[in-house]
Amino acid sequence: MQETNISAKNFEQCQKCSLCETVCPVMANNPKYAGPKRSGPDGERYRLKNGIFFEDSLKYCLNCKRCEVACPSGVRIADLIQQARIDYGRKAPKLRDMMLASTDQMGPLAGAFAPIVNFSLGLAPVKGLMHATIGVDKHRTLPKYSSETFVHWYKKHAEAAQDAYKKQISYFHGCYANYNYPQLGKDFVAVMNAFGIGVQLIPEERCCGVAKIANGMIAAATRDAKINIEAFLRSVKEGREVVTVSTTCTLTLIEEYPELLKVDNSEVRDHISLVEQYLYKGIASGELKPVWKDGFKARAAYHCPCHQERLGWGIFTTELLKMIPGMELIELESNCCGIAGTYGFKKENYKVSQAIGKPLFDNIAAVAPDYVACECETCKWQIEMSTGVPVKNPVSILAEALDLEKTAAANRK
Amino acid sequence: MPVNHDFDVIIIGGGITGAGTARDCAMRGLKVLLIERSDIATGATGRNHGLLHSGARYAVKDSESAEECIRENKILRRIAANCVEVTGGLFITLPEDADSGFGLDYQATFLEACNKAGIEARAISPREAIQMEPSVNPTLIGAVVVPDGSVDPFRLCSANVTDAVLHGAKVLVYTEFLDFIREGDTILGVKVRDSRTGETAEYRAPVTVNAAGIWGHGVAAKAGVKIGMYPAKGALLVFGHRVNNVVINRCRKSADGDILVPGDSVTVIGTTSTKVPFEECDHMEVTPDEVKLLLREGCALCPSLASTRILRAYAGVRPLVADDSDPTGRSISRGIVCLDHETRDGIKGFVSITGGKLMTYRLMAELATDAVCRKLGVNKTCTTAETPLPGSMDGRIESVSKRFEGKPSAGQKGAAGRQGDMVGKIRFDTDADKQLVCECENVTLAEIKYAVRELGVSNLEDLRRRTRVGMGTCQGTLCIRRAAKALAEALGKPEMAEKLAADYLDERWKGMRAVGWGDTLREMEFMQRVYKFEKPYSYDEV
Repeated sequence: MQETNISAKNFEQCQKCSLCETVCPVMANNPKYAGPKRSGPDGERYRLKNGIFFEDSLKYCLNCKRCEVACPSGVRIADLIQQARIDYGRKAPKLRDMMLASTDQMGPLAGAFAPIVNFSLGLAPVKGLMHATIGVDKHRTLPKYSSETFVHWYKKHAEAAQDAYKKQISYFHGCYANYNYPQLGKDFVAVMNAFGIGVQLIPEERCCGVAKIANGMIAAATRDAKINIEAFLRSVKEGREVVTVSTTCTLTLIEEYPELLKVDNSEVRDHISLVEQYLYKGIASGELKPVWKDGFKARAAYHCPCHQERLGWGIFTTELLKMIPGMELIELESNCCGIAGTYGFKKENYKVSQAIGKPLFDNIAAVAPDYVACECETCKWQIEMSTGVPVKNPVSILAEALDLEKTAAANRK
Repeated sequence: MPVNHDFDVIIIGGGITGAGTARDCAMRGLKVLLIERSDIATGATGRNHGLLHSGARYAVKDSESAEECIRENKILRRIAANCVEVTGGLFITLPEDADSGFGLDYQATFLEACNKAGIEARAISPREAIQMEPSVNPTLIGAVVVPDGSVDPFRLCSANVTDAVLHGAKVLVYTEFLDFIREGDTILGVKVRDSRTGETAEYRAPVTVNAAGIWGHGVAAKAGVKIGMYPAKGALLVFGHRVNNVVINRCRKSADGDILVPGDSVTVIGTTSTKVPFEECDHMEVTPDEVKLLLREGCALCPSLASTRILRAYAGVRPLVADDSDPTGRSISRGIVCLDHETRDGIKGFVSITGGKLMTYRLMAELATDAVCRKLGVNKTCTTAETPLPGSMDGRIESVSKRFEGKPSAGQKGAAGRQGDMVGKIRFDTDADKQLVCECENVTLAEIKYAVRELGVSNLEDLRRRTRVGMGTCQGTLCIRRAAKALAEALGKPEMAEKLAADYLDERWKGMRAVGWGDTLREMEFMQRVYKFEKPYSYDEV
């Protein structure tokens, strides 16, 4: 009879078991949110009948995708919710949402005046003004902008040396490494080069679009997605895998492009990997040979970002970090930090955002590590703001723990 | 001895025909009693497609039915706005139809016949058809747009009953017809039994109307009258969500499984046609062969049905009637049959209204009421074609939803869609009232209380018919205990909750078993685990 029961985003596979509701961090903290089952598969049935059944409360979903990880039936619950927001939600985003979402346009603008922008964004009156006018919560400090972008630094200091390496990859740095924290990109280049791998940029790289999707700027996100995928395709054809540092960018490139933006990535998706996964596989297969520093010592707590949970790749990071001699790695209980990209910056979400993160913050306080290891930049802002404990990207930890020169020598042979 | 007439007319059967007749009679000022052995809309009324025929289906072979349909179609859009959804319909021609003599030549014949019957029909290109309804089989070679739609038969029947009551009619559900009270060749009334308490009673009226659908055969027999009826079983499948938003038909000679109707939150494919013995009419089960056939034909209309979850299967019985003019009984009429048994059989005070279809119920009721009035010497004209039904003053969820304070919740919008402009009677007094009981179908506690208060509910099946509670994807697995508790409390019999829930799940299980594979099978497993059935149901027939 029927081979399979498949409907859009598998919504009809929902058995109504409600497991998703037990893991939803928003549902537990915001009574206005109807939860993943009702906003997702239940809502979808009625939206198909009449668009009037679209509920504004879908905006409270922070798209952590923990519901999808929990679902025993493979329903793409969070995607259903995002899709409904795209199809039925308010078409014109607010000024604030546009500013928060346009990481690639605000970046160059702010970067040019970085010292002034960073200084003024940190001032209490400015924060108060933003809280009152555009609705960026006053408790938040917007991410600092760097006066020199990663790309600028790369062209000046790194590009020339890259062609000498036999093995080459394409690095999708993302907006954060470029505009806000170029040190992450620098660490990435240092580690890759040490393993004998040349780092090429993707000249056409556009923002992955996650913030634009979350804020309803679908046309812009789709335009960027198409440019990225075409660039990846060229890179893959030329023999360079695409390596990324941000979990959320990666999930967007791999899952959201085909699901939400209808941009076909089937030819490249298996060639996109997070740096931790890429390195772990290389080291485990013996292809890459690390030489660690003597006397490295650290006590780190690993926080697995929600989108890393969804990708299911957290294990690569923990196994990679455990290889470091002198590393005491404590895996934190899996919890959402509450920031969810631009979500926590909006004043209407601030309280819920902090309430969601509390179990994680308490967990970190109890463990009291030297630092938290985490691949996600927005988790980093949230955890640092809420706990005072510094957060390091695993690539930066590797850059500290590896004896870069000896590693380079070992991988030249 | 003078006969004590309690009523002017007694109507047997609470399907759409009986309900419509009760309304019409009551609106013409008669004192009406309607009796129904179960709940309203439990026979063929509740077991069909819910198709608001344009009449196009009958245009080529039976222009009279076609003209009736389009007339009633236009009337129902006006008077039953809340029960009707104007979706539009497509009659598609597939490449294989051309091979069997129903190609584009037939489409031309079809178009001409439609236009002759007064049905607005126009041919569109396959590309336009796909634009209009993206789920349609993309290999189609032609399509005709017709004014088909969907109609909710439960709602329509309930609205007719409600209006009859508003006009003074008395309605007794769970009241079984036992026999006639008879004097010579005159029917004086009926003997009935309350099927819940077992108590019997007698009611008298100068005229009794037999509107019992296929069961009317037996009712007539009690009066010593023979109506040549043929029970024709029709099986249907319910898909889990709306796959199409436009009715899809095959443009060919009517056959099995060639109509796909979007109704409320689901899509329904049907139907089959098999002659069954009278004894089976009370126990319809859908066979695996019927499921296979419906699925195969459904996929021809809409290929994505091949991978869409089927919630359940059900079957109804059409009350087909043999033409009186044909002594062999072989010639079956699909038209309306209104029999005055005085002129036909010499039995006074007895009228049968049968044949016909859901679409023409109002006209059937009009004809039956005309006959009743003639017998009573009442001279009042029918106004049912102009007077909107309760709840149908406004048929749009969008505007009805605005009657709530503030932004309407999902449950309030759900209620607006189901109850139409009667929503004002639903009281959202407490936070608990606003809570959803059935999450699949957006049914709140307040709507359940309203149904019990105003719509005559005595078990969960009755409640389902009025609110869609438990009709969604989980078929009651998640909500039915909540619903049972709410209903039992509203009825003032909290101890009944357990039994109400168990009865309901038994009924759901029956419909799921016929399509028990894939996700429906998983749902059945889940249902068993949740309710810890002591003896797990067997899968023999799966």
